[in-house]
Amino acid sequence: MIALLAATLSLAVVSSDLDRRGADLYAVNCVTCHGADLGGTANGPSLQGVGADALDFYLSTGRMPLEVPGTEPLPAPPLFGREQISALIAYVLAHGGDANAQIPQVRASDDLARGRVLFEENCQACHGARGDGAVTGFGWIAPPLNPDDPTQVAEAVRIGPGIMPRFGPHEIDGGDLDALVAYVVSLRKPPDAGGFSVGSAGPVGEGLFAWIFGVGGGILLMLLVGETLKRT
Amino acid sequence: MIRALVGWLDDRLGAAPFLRSALRKAFPDHWSFMLGELAANCFFFILASGTYLAFFFHPSDAHVVYHGPVRSLDGRTMTAAYASILRLSFETQAGLLVRQAHHWCALVFAAAVVTHMSRVFFTGAFRKPRELNWLIGVTMLLLVIADGFTGYSLPGDALSGAGLRIANAVALSIPLVGSWLAFLAFGGPYPTAELTARLFPIHILFIPALLATLIGAHLSILWHQKHTQFPGARQRENNVVGSPLWPTYAVKSGALTLATFGILLLLGGLLEINPVWEYGPYDPWTTASPAQPDWYAGWLEGALRIGPRWAIHIGSHTIGAPFWPGVVLPLALFSVLYAWPFVEAFLTRDRAEHELLQFPWQNPLRVSFGVWALGIGGSLLAAGSDDVQARLLHVSVQSLDWFDRVELIVAPVIAAVVAWSVCRELQSRHAHEKPERVLLYRNREGGYEEG
Repeated sequence: MIALLAATLSLAVVSSDLDRRGADLYAVNCVTCHGADLGGTANGPSLQGVGADALDFYLSTGRMPLEVPGTEPLPAPPLFGREQISALIAYVLAHGGDANAQIPQVRASDDLARGRVLFEENCQACHGARGDGAVTGFGWIAPPLNPDDPTQVAEAVRIGPGIMPRFGPHEIDGGDLDALVAYVVSLRKPPDAGGFSVGSAGPVGEGLFAWIFGVGGGILLMLLVGETLKRT
Repeated sequence: MIRALVGWLDDRLGAAPFLRSALRKAFPDHWSFMLGELAANCFFFILASGTYLAFFFHPSDAHVVYHGPVRSLDGRTMTAAYASILRLSFETQAGLLVRQAHHWCALVFAAAVVTHMSRVFFTGAFRKPRELNWLIGVTMLLLVIADGFTGYSLPGDALSGAGLRIANAVALSIPLVGSWLAFLAFGGPYPTAELTARLFPIHILFIPALLATLIGAHLSILWHQKHTQFPGARQRENNVVGSPLWPTYAVKSGALTLATFGILLLLGGLLEINPVWEYGPYDPWTTASPAQPDWYAGWLEGALRIGPRWAIHIGSHTIGAPFWPGVVLPLALFSVLYAWPFVEAFLTRDRAEHELLQFPWQNPLRVSFGVWALGIGGSLLAAGSDDVQARLLHVSVQSLDWFDRVELIVAPVIAAVVAWSVCRELQSRHAHEKPERVLLYRNREGGYEEG
């Protein structure tokens, strides 16, 4: 009985401790833009109804906190550690966040072929065939994908950060998501079967190399043989 | 050895007089006279490598299920063409090496043609009596671009599929006949199941045969008219100063040929090009980004990206927006290229024959026009990769496109004006130079005579 009481107490202490740390972090890093009541300000959107998946994604990829409000949140070295992120998530969920949205659990999948079809149909047009990212227009960028953190990839699919569409379980179900993430992870080491990659920027880099090595190298040879081997 | 061979041929063909003079034929020593050979070497290499590729490529849009070493495509339904490219790349001896060298060669070929044409242009080598060879050269540039585009479109990957979609849209935008023309060429609404089978013979037979014929004509005319040469101490309108074909020039030329093949094989072996297994097979609803065509078509892409959005509706008929940048502009640019020798002769009232070249600074008008034209091409080419530049410069594609539109109008004109004033400056410097050095020889009688 006493043990149970102690356990409950300690849980409450831990919980309130987490909540207090979350409150502190929120007050220092988030409140200016998202408001004291999480209702948002002119600088940033409301966090009411936002779930753990989105919070974890924005914080663990370093997109938040944003240095310049109003700019596109882009990947950066994360400011917070795992515990601080948990504290912030707990704080937001306790003050109006969506407790139903879970951080997606990614399972290992070896269905690369299925993952690739989903990637080509839904991701490649903006993020590029290698997941290196590209511009999408009007100053927006589809950033490079991070194959080192499968959870982040899955979170992005589910929440649709920025102008990216959101893909719910109806569009991409759990098994498909696992396969898609597995394919993104497989892009970490592109096979580069043809030799050194010339920047993966597409044919523009290839054209540059053709001019430098083909015509440039050719002219160098002409200077060597053409001007050396003159009629004596 | 050569003597014996010539003798053997002479006994059978009576060819000794021709061969004797041919082997003694003089080739000018200036390095820039080998630029055309670089292009010719590329043609030989592209024929040889393309023949090897044709052994393994299946020009068919029939659907097959792929099983092979590319794990992420295992079990995927794709065209037979794309599947055969995968097999060619990953399961054929030297397949990937030859395919990559072939593609590198196409890029270098077009670049060598443009460089050679620039040399011919800026030195006035196209002037009477050589206008015909200029016309043939411009035609060959068109053919190289066309052969490059048809070859790039054969694998049926996501990137080239998008390129064909653009070509289809441009064809559709042509007034009155556009729809019929597009249906005729593509065999129906794009994408069609016949396209690869049509592109293939055009790519490997029709255009190369035309090119071979025109190269033959180009060289025959060159042989008949003899080389031009830069003015110099001994160079005159009625002679050619240089090395004899045998042995000096043959060694030079052979060395360049082998070195060209070496460069192309090195590029093919070391640098990845057009990794179609990364782009994936083409489906109309998929694409890849960033995306551009090969550089020789990049200026067309650039024109489409920054071109005006003028879709004109006349009654129930529409002239599509791609018509202006995609059809009118390239037609205009190539018309000017074709017409230049005659335009220049008209403007300068120069109807004389010219065996001696001009140094570029001697003709500011021509140089400024050439710089302007290259500036237009270069600006359009740059606009064709606005996606990559926007990423590098951290600006939006839309602002970059507006910059490119202004740049296209302004920059080539500025470059032309700068080129004009540089030429004038050089002209005035040369006017103050000492007259050309004359060599005087003392003869047996003690008098002097010019060498």
